[in-house]
Amino acid sequence: MSTRVGVVTFPGSLDDGDAARAVRLAGADAVGLWHADPDLHGVDAVVLPGGFSYGDYLRGGAIARFAPVMETIAEAVRDGLPVLGICNGFQILCEAHILPGALIRNQHMHFRARDQRLRIEAVQPVWTNAFTDSQEVVIPIKHGEGRYVADEHTLDELEANGQIVARYVGGNPNGAQRDIAAISNAAGNVVGIMPHPEHAVDALTGPSTDGLGFFTSMLKFLAGAPADQGAS
Amino acid sequence: MTTQPEVADVVVGEFDGGPDTVQRAAATPEELQPYAELGLRDDEYERIREVLGRRPTQSELAMYSIMWSEHCSYKSSKVHLRQFGEKAPPSDKLLAGIGENAGVIQITDDLAVTFKVESHNHPSYVEPYQGAATGVGGIVRDILAMGARPVAVMDPLRFGAADHEDTARVLPGVVGGIGGYGNSLGLPNIGGEVVFDPCYQGNPLVNALCLGVLPVDRLQNKAAAGPGNIVVLMGAKTGRDGIGGVSVLASATFDSESEQRRPSVQVGDPFMEKLLIEACLELYDDRRVVGIQDLGGAGLTCALTETAAAAGTGMTVELDKVPLREPSMAPHEILASESQERMLLIVEPDQLEAVLKTAARWGVLATAIGEVTPPGPDGLPGRVTITWQGHTVVDVPPGSLADDGPVYARPMREPADLILLQADRAETLPRPSTPDAVRETVLRMVASPNLCDKTWVTEQYDRYVLGNTVLAQPEDAGVIRIDERSGLGVALSVDGNGRYARLDPYTGAKLALAESYRNVAVTGAKPVAVTNCLNFGSPEDPAVMWQFAEAVRGLADGCAELGIPVTGGNVSFYNQTGAAAIHPTPVVGVLGVLDDVTQRVPMGFPKPANPEGDIIFLLGETSVELSGSEWAWVAHEHLGGVPPRVDLARERALAGLLAEAARVGHLTAAHDLSDGGLAQVLVEACLRHGVGAQIKLPEDFTGGSMPFVFLFSESAGRAMVSVPHGHEKAFTGLCTEHRVRWTALGVTDESGGQLEVRDQFTIGLDELREAHTATLPRLFGG
Repeated sequence: MSTRVGVVTFPGSLDDGDAARAVRLAGADAVGLWHADPDLHGVDAVVLPGGFSYGDYLRGGAIARFAPVMETIAEAVRDGLPVLGICNGFQILCEAHILPGALIRNQHMHFRARDQRLRIEAVQPVWTNAFTDSQEVVIPIKHGEGRYVADEHTLDELEANGQIVARYVGGNPNGAQRDIAAISNAAGNVVGIMPHPEHAVDALTGPSTDGLGFFTSMLKFLAGAPADQGAS
Repeated sequence: MTTQPEVADVVVGEFDGGPDTVQRAAATPEELQPYAELGLRDDEYERIREVLGRRPTQSELAMYSIMWSEHCSYKSSKVHLRQFGEKAPPSDKLLAGIGENAGVIQITDDLAVTFKVESHNHPSYVEPYQGAATGVGGIVRDILAMGARPVAVMDPLRFGAADHEDTARVLPGVVGGIGGYGNSLGLPNIGGEVVFDPCYQGNPLVNALCLGVLPVDRLQNKAAAGPGNIVVLMGAKTGRDGIGGVSVLASATFDSESEQRRPSVQVGDPFMEKLLIEACLELYDDRRVVGIQDLGGAGLTCALTETAAAAGTGMTVELDKVPLREPSMAPHEILASESQERMLLIVEPDQLEAVLKTAARWGVLATAIGEVTPPGPDGLPGRVTITWQGHTVVDVPPGSLADDGPVYARPMREPADLILLQADRAETLPRPSTPDAVRETVLRMVASPNLCDKTWVTEQYDRYVLGNTVLAQPEDAGVIRIDERSGLGVALSVDGNGRYARLDPYTGAKLALAESYRNVAVTGAKPVAVTNCLNFGSPEDPAVMWQFAEAVRGLADGCAELGIPVTGGNVSFYNQTGAAAIHPTPVVGVLGVLDDVTQRVPMGFPKPANPEGDIIFLLGETSVELSGSEWAWVAHEHLGGVPPRVDLARERALAGLLAEAARVGHLTAAHDLSDGGLAQVLVEACLRHGVGAQIKLPEDFTGGSMPFVFLFSESAGRAMVSVPHGHEKAFTGLCTEHRVRWTALGVTDESGGQLEVRDQFTIGLDELREAHTATLPRLFGG
């Protein structure tokens, strides 16, 4: 049976279809999860997609963290469930304190969309095993609140633990501290990333296919993992 | 607008505290009403009294004044717009045409697309962010109302001088609003225009286009069919936004003038619109609605009367049931409100519960507010009656508002200055005639506001969401895949040139059509349909009316010659401040079909090119045509003469050639020539992927100022293509077959890193890029 990856739809989620497509292109089944339904339907991993959940009128992700589905995800994360939060998904993970730090308004105050160069800083077992250390990739960014901030102690800790997954290179697009584009939790099963790997999975529609690596990494990890691990 | 306080004083407050009812209107026939303040003429008011057989109530007067306004009734444009239908080529692919919310074109047995462009000019000047944002929201609901999922947007924008201080207020707000709304809806922005000209200083043009896709059997219509069916209002609550001039009606106790200054720009909530989209699509798929109409200009008034008129039915509506943001709203305010993010649904009674449930699942308010009633026993259409607190405040034949508004054949007169303007030809201006001067001109032109890189703007738009964007700006056309399995897609471009239209509106409209058509054709797509947004000054000015009539005639003739129909559009009049009107600005959108989007042709020279480079060809003929050109404006601030000739038979031949060449794989790049001529196209094609080019001028363009003419003339019907080695013979053979003239220009050169025009100049790509990209960040900040 092929791997089942849940993609959560909150009201205002926009890239849920793209995330599901990326999951399928990587070779897994995409399973739609609904914000109001706490049941994860036995999925092996979860993607929190980009968008403006609940309009993001307060702060990106500030309301979504209270969705019933997030309570279940927070629990499952502790048992090792692989979770990838993309853009708004990253914001939600920070608001839910599953990841440290916060994402605030871009320094230049504009929404910015561009094809962004990144350097993979941590080749971890769950979400980045398909990459090589310091590999440069091109993945689109598109956000108004993508500036990663945390206190110095947290930043030092992220560095020391190898939790900084990717940094911006060739220009920091939002003023993020230490050029941080993606981080993981200490266990490495949860990654939050501001750029959109799901928009870089097909040369026809994206600037590269570099984003596919995140999804294939997770599938490879699950294929090697014991049968029960990761499921809720 | 002047106000007559004594009129306003009479209207309100003289009856028993309740609203102005039908009964009361019949009993007080001589009561004075402020129809003139609401923009109605004496004879129009008389006609309303005739239609009703009494004076209108306060609510009815508000309804007639907005439905008979220029914006809603097209009263000045109708007599001209008829040509679009009359001259259109017959088509069995047009599932819905002019008069519907948007035109729908069937492109396979199962799939159809719908697209339309609309203006939101005036609100965007008053409040740039919200004006532009709600412009996007409005056109998206038009597309949604046809049964389609909106899949992309485009925005043709026109501003005053780039360095004018007010442009620094308007442009960032407009761009922010378009991005803020479109990005939050999850719609890729795939193209548009950013044009600067002093004529738009007090009247920026903010046009918005939306593309939608639907299964053929999901097509919706707006008819309120089926007496007994329920009228449901779904979406945002109704507030006092966007009421505009109507508020004069309630001005008994307020100072009339302060009341008129009340903000009349609507405020958008893209999150609500996103929920509305998903809820509507779910209702369509579950076959829950009989009819649907979006609420835009004229709000409930328009939606109620148009849906009833379309079916010939009547309707009873209880206004008390409309959910309000402000409970103190009077009935005429509820009817006139232009609050955003609302749809009107016609639902069979046994489906009502399911409809309300779907709405609730998406967190959208849905409320039954009325019922469809039968046509009259005499065979006449039904009536729309509206009650408020138990009183009947409206009782009208809906057709009299929706369809039978006034129609005017307004006086027209060629602008008095046109003969002199046309005599003042740019071809007589001094031209650069030395290699150094041509080199300097290239650098100056690519940095000029209209020709410079627009990344500062487009970087604020999401182009990737939905995962089907195959081409987006700065490409000539946006290309969206609409079927992942077959690779079927559509190409879309939207273009206008106010300067050409100022010099000759008939030819200018045809040139806008030709450019849009060509932009679609260079991607390899087959153009199939046209939409338009006609931006003009005041129709009460005979010179403006003449420009309008000429432009419509040109566009209708052009579409007939190209064999593609106009499927819908929008007219925006009164784009003028005092006596100064904008240049007549017909903006034309063309939609084309690509059977396989993997065969689309992009505009930049590709990398990696083969070591010998690809061969660059110019297609079409170049003449000395500089009047109305970007060069004449940038170098001499000159506007005069006649615009380039337009030959639509040649455009058709060129499009046929490009489609076939793309299909058989002869093309690695193709780029349309328009503003800025060949020089602009070469620079853009080189900079796209950092690939240089070596160009040799044809012999008849080598002496004196002829190199300049070859590089900057804006002759129509041209495109530049690059062809891989080994394909050139087959390609030129194809050109001959399609009767398209070709000129071999040179080769692409990946390693050189420069644009070289032999015997003229060499410019490094870095220097070109610096010149091309620095302008907007310098003007509007980094």
